[in-house]
Amino acid sequence: MNVFFPTDNRISIWSIGSNLSTGMEDGFEGDPQLLCEHKHDGDVLDLQFLDQDRIVTASSTGAVTIFRHHQNSQTISVSQLWARAHCYPCDNAPCTGVVCSSPEIVTVGEDGRIIVFRADQEGVVRVIENADSSTIHAVTYLRTTEILTVNSIGQLKLWDFRQQSNSPSQILSLSGDRVPLHCVDRHPNQQHIVATGGQDGMLCVWDVRQGNTPFSLMEAHTAEMWEVHFHPTNPDHLFTCSEDGSLLHWETSSHSDMPSFLQGGRNSSMVSRSAMAPAGGNQSLISAWLSGDSSKGRLETTHMLPSQTLSVNSLDVLGPCLVCGTDGEAIFVNRQVPV
Amino acid sequence: MRVKKNIPAISDGKHMGFAWGPGDILVYETLYKASGASGSGCSFIHEIRKDEDIYSPILRKLFNESHHIFVGLQTIREELPSKSKKPQFVSISKNYRSVIRACMEELQQVAVSTRNVELATQCGNQVSILLAIELIWNLCEVLFIDAAPAGSLLLHLLDWVRLHKADVDERAREVLQSESPAEHHDYWDVVVSYVLQGRLEEVRQMLVKQGTLQPAARSMYKQMDTLLSKMPFYNPGGTQTLTEFDVKWRHWHEEVDRCLQDNSFASNRHLEVICKILLGDEDTLLDHKELLGTWYHFLVTRLLFCHPTVKPTELHYYAQSCMTMFLDSRSVSEPLDNILLAAFEFDIHQVIKECSIALNNWWFVAHLTDLLDHCKLLQSHNLHFGSNLREFLLLEYASGLFTHHSLWQLAVDYFDHCPEFGRVYLELQIERVPLETERKALKVLRICEQRQMSEQVRSICKIMAMRALRNNRLGSALSWSIRAKDAAFATLISERFLQDYCAKGTFSDLDLIDNLGPAMLLSDRLTFLGKYREFHKLYGEKRFREAAKLLLSLMTAKIAPQSFWMTLLTDALPLLEQKEVIFTADQTYELMFCLEELTSSLNITASSTDRPMQEEDVEVTKVELLRLALARNLAQAIVKEGTVET
Repeated sequence: MNVFFPTDNRISIWSIGSNLSTGMEDGFEGDPQLLCEHKHDGDVLDLQFLDQDRIVTASSTGAVTIFRHHQNSQTISVSQLWARAHCYPCDNAPCTGVVCSSPEIVTVGEDGRIIVFRADQEGVVRVIENADSSTIHAVTYLRTTEILTVNSIGQLKLWDFRQQSNSPSQILSLSGDRVPLHCVDRHPNQQHIVATGGQDGMLCVWDVRQGNTPFSLMEAHTAEMWEVHFHPTNPDHLFTCSEDGSLLHWETSSHSDMPSFLQGGRNSSMVSRSAMAPAGGNQSLISAWLSGDSSKGRLETTHMLPSQTLSVNSLDVLGPCLVCGTDGEAIFVNRQVPV
Repeated sequence: MRVKKNIPAISDGKHMGFAWGPGDILVYETLYKASGASGSGCSFIHEIRKDEDIYSPILRKLFNESHHIFVGLQTIREELPSKSKKPQFVSISKNYRSVIRACMEELQQVAVSTRNVELATQCGNQVSILLAIELIWNLCEVLFIDAAPAGSLLLHLLDWVRLHKADVDERAREVLQSESPAEHHDYWDVVVSYVLQGRLEEVRQMLVKQGTLQPAARSMYKQMDTLLSKMPFYNPGGTQTLTEFDVKWRHWHEEVDRCLQDNSFASNRHLEVICKILLGDEDTLLDHKELLGTWYHFLVTRLLFCHPTVKPTELHYYAQSCMTMFLDSRSVSEPLDNILLAAFEFDIHQVIKECSIALNNWWFVAHLTDLLDHCKLLQSHNLHFGSNLREFLLLEYASGLFTHHSLWQLAVDYFDHCPEFGRVYLELQIERVPLETERKALKVLRICEQRQMSEQVRSICKIMAMRALRNNRLGSALSWSIRAKDAAFATLISERFLQDYCAKGTFSDLDLIDNLGPAMLLSDRLTFLGKYREFHKLYGEKRFREAAKLLLSLMTAKIAPQSFWMTLLTDALPLLEQKEVIFTADQTYELMFCLEELTSSLNITASSTDRPMQEEDVEVTKVELLRLALARNLAQAIVKEGTVET
């Protein structure tokens, strides 16, 4: 049995100013203000907004908690708690990822379980036991009834909740070395495009409709990639953050005056790592991500942070605003991301 | 400073046992008897922590930000001549100080706004400690890092004093905002304070108000104003040399003296006091001890009005005498006073030593010493365990940080920049970081791998793999042993899989075994596992020939452990029983050879072991079935191979 000393972790809500003032050259201006905070048992490994007022957290103790933010009194209280959602028979198993589609909540953990909750419902809606023999690091929704998980032996698994069985409907993985995957995100508009990042810092973009190998591989970071996010409203932009202390902003150009991006797939100027021709022989729009070959210059990468920060563990982006947190106990806010 | 504290839970008179930790002591109650039976004691262990500062939420910012500055300082290139580096060092020193000030302000805010009395006192204490630290650092910056020569030295010291006596401005504001400032009861105090700080512009502005109030004494005020406006201040960037300035200053000094001797200000005692101060009269200065507040303010004021061209080497004479004059025989000198005096004497080592004793945290001495070392100001002062002073302090500081659940990552960078013992310390400490989650373990591993600490990598991976194995997470355990390239552990895990298979008849965790990839080659047992699973897959796909070939190769290439051969041969049975001949004659001969090899080794052991009759029966039957099947297959194979297709 392992004994771990209690830590003073908290979940806090900050305000970074309501108005995005124009005319400021510097993207970083003004300090975020702490509005309220609440004690949190164990490390917060993942965090998502369930709706306007509620936040779900995944804890290193294996607990899944829903916090409610009371806007009027600026306080936070615990709304619901599943204390040992993820666990081993005699130990705690950290809950590593959470994703919500109100009122449904899906969590994954080091115990290899996938658990489905419903907010405001006491018990668990569904458990997929032994979904994975290794740790599941992240989860995301593919469609309303399908989720995607990534694990520490480098596999991307698709789960269909309409099926009763406890096995994935599809398994995709990189051939060659089984590099653990740490994060996954789906393209906001095109549901078959998924980006993952792993221990070696490579950014992979997959097309889940076809094949079981990634469509493109790009060298992104020199250490583990912790999070990858497509910009929710402008998906030509992608953000990744890593243990090596950098946050990259990827921008792919898909101007309509470049016909190579549209229709067909026989255009010779399109270079793809995969030997297969992209799907869409029937005149569908091919996403710029699927032809990603950074050496061809269609992809632009920018460092968003000053150098020499410790690991960037987490990021989020909304509109022109980008937030990230580092191991140096600092939060960086950039209010003028060029998207 | 020794502090005695009673452990509340241990009753009086009992003995205590203890054990040292990296930043704390574990203490327990013990029954110490020379002889005789031991009785029951208390079952608690108490942890005594010396340094609470690292757990303070506001002070944590100090540690984080100063870490950033520290790392930046280490990467300044060594090849540049020290002359061009001085401004860089000064700016780094100012960075450190601004971080201290930022923390101070925040603590002050909390101390003022909180309702919790204990918290308010704690914050208040921390603010005063930080104030003292910043005072000392600022003085060190002026004297050691900036190393101002005579002339500029005094100006810097003036700035230093002004920065640390902020209440003057507050009082001035109060006076100026009142109805009639010249009649405010604090008016003259403010004016004299300004004079003591050498802020003559402000003095003149204030005196104007008094002058207008007393038209009769206008000429006197005019004279004072002239004197004040003519006081020369050295301009380091200007064309005037120090000697020229000295001459000019003496002329002015003589003029002021003449005014005093002429009794020009005799009718107004306030103005006379100011005049005496301008002459640097010790007794007058000492009369205003309250306004000066500290002996070092007294020192700087005295220098300003007596020896503005003071040289750095002369400072300590004045410092010592000023301190003696200011503190009367009743008051005892505080640690802060000793530290400042040591600084004025340019005894860096004494400063560091006194600070180490007075403060309970190594932060200040570690960072200051490191900066001074970069300025090449520390002589190599070898301590008897071989490392130098800078390294010793950094190691102590970083070791203290390592006990913290989050700040340990900062400590890694500090160890990296301790060339002699840093690596050893890191190797010892990094293994003791508690690994609650995989993510934390991954961070620790990344640190170890970047520094080629392969021992630690293996040790940590083994811990994680064992934990996974204990919780029956075979996939996790395998991925940890792959990362550590630990063949022995991979073998252990494969054994577990095979055991599971034998027990249940099916494979668990197929997603893992089916997708082993090149990791399969890490250990023989793992390779076997992968190949065995492949055999099952081939069989399931009805690719019997290939399955048969694989099965045979597993035995002949000695990939399979002999203990598993019986299972493999039993797996071969359905293939032998097929209508179509699958095994060739040669293959059948090989199978028979394997069977014989197996049974002969079993027979040797069978006689010695005590096996129940039923089990032996089953074994015997199996072997017989196999022999029969093999024989039949051999016959069919020979016939088939001998037949010529027409």
